[in-house]
Amino acid sequence: MHAMGWIQLAVFTVVLLAVTKPLGLYLVRVLDPEGRTYLEPVLKPVERLVYTCIGAERTREQDWKGYAASVIVFSLIGALFTYALLRLQQFLPLNPQHFGAVSPDLSFNTASSFTTNTNWQNYGGETTMSYLSQMVALASHNFFSAAIGISVAAALVRGIARQKTKLLGNFWVDLTRVCLYLLLPICLVYAVFLVSQGAIQNFKPYATAHVVDPYSVQIPEKTAGKTAMVKKEIATQSIAMGPVASQEAIKDLGTNGGGFMNANSAHPYENPTPLSNFIEMLSIVAIGSGLTYYLGRMVGNQKHGWSLWSAMFILFLAGVMICWWSESRGNPRLTALGVSSHQGNMEGKEARFGVFNSALFATVTTDTSCGAVNSMFDSYLPIGGLVPLFNMHMGCNVFGGVGSGLYGMLIFVVLAIFLAGLMIGRTPEYLGKKLESYDVKVSVLAILIPSALALGFTALACVTKWGLAGRGNFGPHGFSEILYAFTSCINNNGSAFAGLNGNTPPYNTTLGLTMLVGRYFVMVPVLALAGNLAQKKAVPVSSGSMPVSGVTFTLLIIGTLVIIGALTFFPAVSLGPIVEHFLMVNSTKLF
Amino acid sequence: MNIKSLIQEMRASVAVIFILGLVLCGAYPLVVWGIGQIAFHNRANGSLIEVNGKVVGSSLLAQNFTGKQYFHPRPSAAGTYGYDAADSGGSNLGPLSKELYDEVKARVKAYRAENNLAPSVKVPADAVTASASGLDPNISVRNAELQAPRVAQARGMPVAELRNYISKFTTGRQLGFLGEPRVNVLRLNLALDQSNKQKTGNSIGTEAGGPNGRRQGP
Repeated sequence: MHAMGWIQLAVFTVVLLAVTKPLGLYLVRVLDPEGRTYLEPVLKPVERLVYTCIGAERTREQDWKGYAASVIVFSLIGALFTYALLRLQQFLPLNPQHFGAVSPDLSFNTASSFTTNTNWQNYGGETTMSYLSQMVALASHNFFSAAIGISVAAALVRGIARQKTKLLGNFWVDLTRVCLYLLLPICLVYAVFLVSQGAIQNFKPYATAHVVDPYSVQIPEKTAGKTAMVKKEIATQSIAMGPVASQEAIKDLGTNGGGFMNANSAHPYENPTPLSNFIEMLSIVAIGSGLTYYLGRMVGNQKHGWSLWSAMFILFLAGVMICWWSESRGNPRLTALGVSSHQGNMEGKEARFGVFNSALFATVTTDTSCGAVNSMFDSYLPIGGLVPLFNMHMGCNVFGGVGSGLYGMLIFVVLAIFLAGLMIGRTPEYLGKKLESYDVKVSVLAILIPSALALGFTALACVTKWGLAGRGNFGPHGFSEILYAFTSCINNNGSAFAGLNGNTPPYNTTLGLTMLVGRYFVMVPVLALAGNLAQKKAVPVSSGSMPVSGVTFTLLIIGTLVIIGALTFFPAVSLGPIVEHFLMVNSTKLF
Repeated sequence: MNIKSLIQEMRASVAVIFILGLVLCGAYPLVVWGIGQIAFHNRANGSLIEVNGKVVGSSLLAQNFTGKQYFHPRPSAAGTYGYDAADSGGSNLGPLSKELYDEVKARVKAYRAENNLAPSVKVPADAVTASASGLDPNISVRNAELQAPRVAQARGMPVAELRNYISKFTTGRQLGFLGEPRVNVLRLNLALDQSNKQKTGNSIGTEAGGPNGRRQGP
């Protein structure tokens, strides 16, 4: 844990803090249908065109059921659109490598994955997807799913802020405005910046390089039933191309995380320099951070917004430090072979990022529901790998996915206030609104259903042939791979212990279902909660009200997140990373 | 929700996907493409390096070097044979993997032997572990220094001169504090080839591309 790491962490913190308020204020304008932005001269005509095409009566404010119905219908149509494009890939243009159709189960998994903002990938981008599939079938959801998340968060905030109404805003207006005024302009500048660092943006077929120092490899070749080693001369290198930068920008900003290339943000064409890496990490947390300010502004209690931000920041900091500490010590099995521990655990990490920037990225990407990676988590030391896993067990709510992080966090706020109310024997109230049985019930549902499904499918995969066959590692690490997969999908994260081969019909199906449940069985209860809160009358805050800002509240939120995450998943985690850690330290066992 | 309003919602969905799709999945990537091709031509096309009009690789991607006269890149798990720039990825082997242990053991042995290391010298971790992308173009400075005597001997070049080359192709922390110091293997090796050729009066390799083809400094 060297000084340069601490300096980078400090700079990252300062910059994140600096963008929070401006982004929050900008969000206020974007999410207000009448809000003005500087981009109106260019984009207002597009916005108007959308409203004209869908009909003016569809832009009226909706109640929670109407809002939820629009979200679900739009997501469903979008998923079908993506499924169709992937299945028909070989007949469509912009396919210079002539990739064939994507298989039915993989198409289902991928369509679910991108629609739900998960971006779990059971395929390698540069070996499976045409440029059209990447740019249209997948990137469309990178924008839409991000905008849906922010829209639903805005609906919940309106439910908290409003009184005695059923109306939560209009989904189509929110969606359109977030896409046009928030995501598009930032991405445009951001993608050009990425190209300036070395990220590629072209539509060329893959390049062929004549390597400087041709070499030969021994490959097994089967002839007449026998396998013999055959010498193969390697004199060329095929280099994947494509419109990477434009997709990279929205991948991070929208906390999607699905890489153009298989190696994701570890690939030099996606993330060429430490500076591009810094901006990528920042863009992953920026909107989630800005949304806490937006919340404070909208409910007229800026301290509440900052208290939530502080709770998130403390959890984030703890994650970074644990992960960084773990990885910087190096793998004891390898140091025993005479490998220096100076650089830390470098298996699955890039030299330009080193251990610190890998650990920071790992924490950022799993605190949010991004799931992009710049290092391979499967090769992390047990405690280093536990950090991303536990971040997801807390629901990817620390800054969180765009929108989904804020509404996920607010579910925990409701629970925390309820628990506090039980402890002190008062009716729980949140910002002047009494929390009643209905509110607590829907909040608990949004936590229980997903957790139960993730653990259930993990258990199922552990006792079935197809489940065990997918493992890329054995012993406790093999179990961790399976647990990580379902945890990642239920929280719509999308990062992986990528040794697991999930591209089989049973995995594609179960993981696909998991992602859908993790998205909509949270979103619908959230909207129900929003609808119910909007109808209530706010009572003035009195000295008997539980304060929703300050140290006590912040600690209460942290406690609730950690305790619920730990209570639900500790038994599972102890069979994976925890037992693996003790085996690593106290034995010489290998698997 | 009745059937009529369901149909209306579906029509609205199709309209929104179509209109916003044209902007977000059509205009947006094309504008980035246009700007990239004009302002950063070489980078937008993969930072490819040409020698004598032939593409030999990308300065951002590792390729394998096995000859004694070359610096060797980090091990790679990309594709079937490693260093496959059309199939990136890491080994994804866990910390207690027997396969990882055996592979690293063999690499340590080979690295020690070819660089003639004293038993007390520890092997840099990046020299014997596979990178995340399998295409990591860089090695650590320590790794390059340990390989220098071997390369110098194979090229008949003084070690001191070779060290100058290493520092020339070492990229420091960006903006003074970001990332890790590192050495670009392909560019270093090409420069060494070029210097040997210059001594025998041969032509010079250049990076492809126009005025923006220059790489950023350290």
